Amino acid sequence: MAWASGSGRRFAGIPWRVIASDAAGRFMLVCKAACAVHVFNNYVCSIALVRGPSMLPAINVSGDVVAVERISVRSGSIGVGDVVLLRSPENPLKIVTKRVTGLEGDSVTFERDPARGDHRRKTVLVPKGHVWVQGDNVYESRDSRQFGAVPYGLIQGRAFCKIWPPKDFGRIEQKL
Amino acid sequence: MGSQSYLWQLTKRTVTSAIIGVTISDRYVTFSSVRGSSMYPTFQATSTSFPGSLRGDLVLAERFCLERYKFSQGDVIIFKAPDNHKKIFVKRLIALPGEWIQIPESSEMLKIPEGHCWVEGDNSACSLDSRFFGPIPLGLVKGRVTHVIWPPQRIGAIERKIPTGRIPPT
Repeated sequence: MAWASGSGRRFAGIPWRVIASDAAGRFMLVCKAACAVHVFNNYVCSIALVRGPSMLPAINVSGDVVAVERISVRSGSIGVGDVVLLRSPENPLKIVTKRVTGLEGDSVTFERDPARGDHRRKTVLVPKGHVWVQGDNVYESRDSRQFGAVPYGLIQGRAFCKIWPPKDFGRIEQKL
Repeated sequence: MGSQSYLWQLTKRTVTSAIIGVTISDRYVTFSSVRGSSMYPTFQATSTSFPGSLRGDLVLAERFCLERYKFSQGDVIIFKAPDNHKKIFVKRLIALPGEWIQIPESSEMLKIPEGHCWVEGDNSACSLDSRFFGPIPLGLVKGRVTHVIWPPQRIGAIERKIPTGRIPPT
């Protein structure tokens, strides 16, 4: 009995109220930090791992980490030559990296399928609110030549800087 | 000094709550007001004769569906307009990828391509939808509308419904 009352006193002696408020405060701090990260990633800048052969030589097959900025997408200032990340129109769960080669109202000329030796040229007009995207590696890229112009709303961000591997660190140039 | 620290506290609180609010609205649920009569009678645009008053219905849209892009026929969705990324449309999802659909006002059948969906307004007489711009990529979808929360007389959940005779039974 003496032991029980002793442990009870000890149990009551622990400052539960302080511990709980401390824990809640820390939990809130973590939540706030997560929210801040989300807002920064979604509205300002984030990083992404991109890989695949379609953007050779700008981006390696094995995968590069690039910095992606979101501001120019929101302000509508994506231009011809920018490397963009967009949600694939064929699979919404996939994000692909391509280069914008035409904006709305532009006419784009491309070779139909150079991988299979089809070098006939074709010219199309990009419809309103759409962009024409193509991989730099025309031989191994699934892009607007297959699925047509994509709505501007699918663009997620503009890749402007390679940050990994360190030897390739540098700006991603805007080019045609 | 005291008023300065008070101002600092106020700014800090405002910024924090704004950040939390934006995160919740981006990832979980968001409010949106519906204008136009393309979804009549599900949503009703009130007359615009009262300037300053809230025009149209206020709806609640959830964003959990964007995690896997799983939708069902008959869901009411919000999406970015394919021809103008600054405009958000609300329409009913009629057909999902791989399904066949009969295009209204013609007897043509169309297969919805992979990763796309067919959307239409409930009020087909005045609605700018897939009949005009074709199937839209699922990547443009920004959420699923679940409830009307304003005006009070029409608060309630939105049910799924599909116009009959449009999709052949598989």
